[in-house]
Amino acid sequence: MKSDIILSGVGGQGIISIAAAIGEAALINDLHMKQAEVHGMSQRGGAVQSTLRVSSKPIASDLIAYGAADMILSVEPMESLRYLNYLKPEGWLITNAVPFVNIDDYPNIETIYAEIRKIKNHVIIDADEIAGKVATKRASNMVMLGAATLFIDIPLESVKEGIRQIFGKKGEAMTQSNIDAMLAGREAAELYMKQNR
Amino acid sequence: MLGDEAIAQAGLDAGISGMYAYPGTPSTEIMEYIQHSKQAKENKVHAKWSTNEKTSMESALGMSYAGKRALCAMKHVGLNVAADAFINAAITGVNGGLIVISADDPSMHSSQNEQDNRFYGKFAQIPILEPTNQQEAYDMIHYGFELSEEFKVPVLMRITTRLAHSRAGIETRSPRPQNQLVLPKDPMQFILLPSIARKNYRTLLGNFRSFVDASEESDFNQFIDGPDKSLGIITCGIAYNYLVENYEDQNVPYPVLKVGQYPLPRKLIEKMMNTCKEVLVIEDGYPMVEEMLKGYLGKENIRGRLDGSLPRDGELNPNLVLAAIKKEKFEIEPIPSTVANRLPAMCKGCGHIDAYLALNEALLEHGKGRVFADIGCYTLGAYEPYQAISTCVDMGASITMAKGAADAGLVPAVAVIGDSTFTHSGITGLIDAVIGKSPITIVISDNYTTGMTGGQDSAALGRIEQICEGVGVDPAHIKIFHPTPAHHDEMVALLKEELAYDGVSVIIPRRQCVQTMKDKDLAIKVKELGLNNRK
Repeated sequence: MKSDIILSGVGGQGIISIAAAIGEAALINDLHMKQAEVHGMSQRGGAVQSTLRVSSKPIASDLIAYGAADMILSVEPMESLRYLNYLKPEGWLITNAVPFVNIDDYPNIETIYAEIRKIKNHVIIDADEIAGKVATKRASNMVMLGAATLFIDIPLESVKEGIRQIFGKKGEAMTQSNIDAMLAGREAAELYMKQNR
Repeated sequence: MLGDEAIAQAGLDAGISGMYAYPGTPSTEIMEYIQHSKQAKENKVHAKWSTNEKTSMESALGMSYAGKRALCAMKHVGLNVAADAFINAAITGVNGGLIVISADDPSMHSSQNEQDNRFYGKFAQIPILEPTNQQEAYDMIHYGFELSEEFKVPVLMRITTRLAHSRAGIETRSPRPQNQLVLPKDPMQFILLPSIARKNYRTLLGNFRSFVDASEESDFNQFIDGPDKSLGIITCGIAYNYLVENYEDQNVPYPVLKVGQYPLPRKLIEKMMNTCKEVLVIEDGYPMVEEMLKGYLGKENIRGRLDGSLPRDGELNPNLVLAAIKKEKFEIEPIPSTVANRLPAMCKGCGHIDAYLALNEALLEHGKGRVFADIGCYTLGAYEPYQAISTCVDMGASITMAKGAADAGLVPAVAVIGDSTFTHSGITGLIDAVIGKSPITIVISDNYTTGMTGGQDSAALGRIEQICEGVGVDPAHIKIFHPTPAHHDEMVALLKEELAYDGVSVIIPRRQCVQTMKDKDLAIKVKELGLNNRK
């Protein structure tokens, strides 16, 4: 198997936790993994991107080539488009529908949605609302992780274990609420696929 | 582990007794890993932040003098600060093993330039290690300490942002005990009086051939043969990954020389030059190897960044490398035009913001172009809506540039510097200003931390006023205020008063960084120092 994923969002939205959960799940399954993170200046409310590569074969580059990503997974709709040139033609774009508006010239959200719908393989869900229902809004990143699991060939149980390893230190309640958010995201993506195909 | 973490763990497993560093992206996590490591604590490994890169380099050299292994890490521009100590450490040589890590930042993700610090290694004439991946970084630290102790010379390891901040699985080795405390055999080794320095320097020069021999035999320099001799490819460090990424199962049809250790392995280079019609050099950074092979007159069969096969600047990637092999041009496809820029910004509620709003208003009557800023979160004051600063050059340059501009007649001139940058490199400039009785206003925006790199300890904590008084600033012109919207008018009045003063004033807007509010250790220190007790 091979999954090359571009994760995107705004500094502070928790894309590193998504990457870490998938990364742990990959290691449980003895897969190779490379994950590049963003540190430093760009963390301060700017656009952030991280790459995650999982494969049954050894992985060379930390960077994914343009036009080669299997998936763009975004916690913010405009940010899902910023790295579109990395996506391969058959790749999946999976994004949260809720905009994070911290700039004056944030475009009309409908134009953003229109661009997203132009992508053949896309899933767009309201992760904030879903997270609010089953956990807290802060868990919207885990909702997006759940949506992505539909398209990554790693057992769901391992993803749960990955979440446990990351949030374990913060207690059982926190861990369970993140797992719930992840499962709800997966369900929402399934529903989106049914309704839009 | 992150590449940075792999280096840190390798240092601990190789028996270092101390780690010395000043925070700087992308090197920061090396020290942070050691600070949080149980293994480091149990073995009493020194792991406190230094005030700047020069003090860290010198402390590491001191630990080496005492016979122990030391690791020193910094971002690329940090080595400019430490250069005096670094170059001379090559002349003194070492006693215990010493590795200096330079974390370079091609494409300037978080930096002022993209200098390639392999040139510093070449300049100092010492061995350089450049890992391809996180595992090699781990293994190279073990090897590097052996090399350092065998030839009694510091070793430079050069990494880049991509390797530093990317995670991969690492196989570790069982830990080696620390060295015993032992003085150098030659009691004169570390005394660089001209007569001794000349002798030491000749020893260093004499060792150069041995360094080349070590490179020839090193596992980190590999000649991987390929059937198609129309092209040979030399990769340096991480560039190897961008090459093999383009081929199924990493099978490259051309001969490849994978370089991970310098000075360059002469015989392997000759083999490549003799068997291949053309040679493409792929290096993330400056075209150092390419230029060496090309020579001053420019051998025509060497391709790379100089002949335009690869871009002259910026970080490499798999697409650029493939295009260079195929002699095509790679152009990035545009993204939808509806996507707006989202630049980094100061956090909501940040004290720097209130300081800038007050400063902008106080300076209205004098006009723009008078604020000399420095390196830190407050550099983001350059962007809208503040547009509050005119310069950002290097650590500490705010105070000295304001002084120079004031000397030229630009009065009032204002310097804006953070607390940690002030102790890093601002104090000496302040002394210049005091001695010169410069009519400048220095704003030391104190948030108790090294904010931009993620909230590391600040050497300035609780002692800024004492430092300023100690170097001769008139206490009547050292003013502290609490930067909040409620205090805006008060701040403006105070700033105006000091802008009118014909001498050095220091104004300290003081409020804790909002990112560090959960830091319990810092909370205890702040309480002990009474920093939040408002006057």
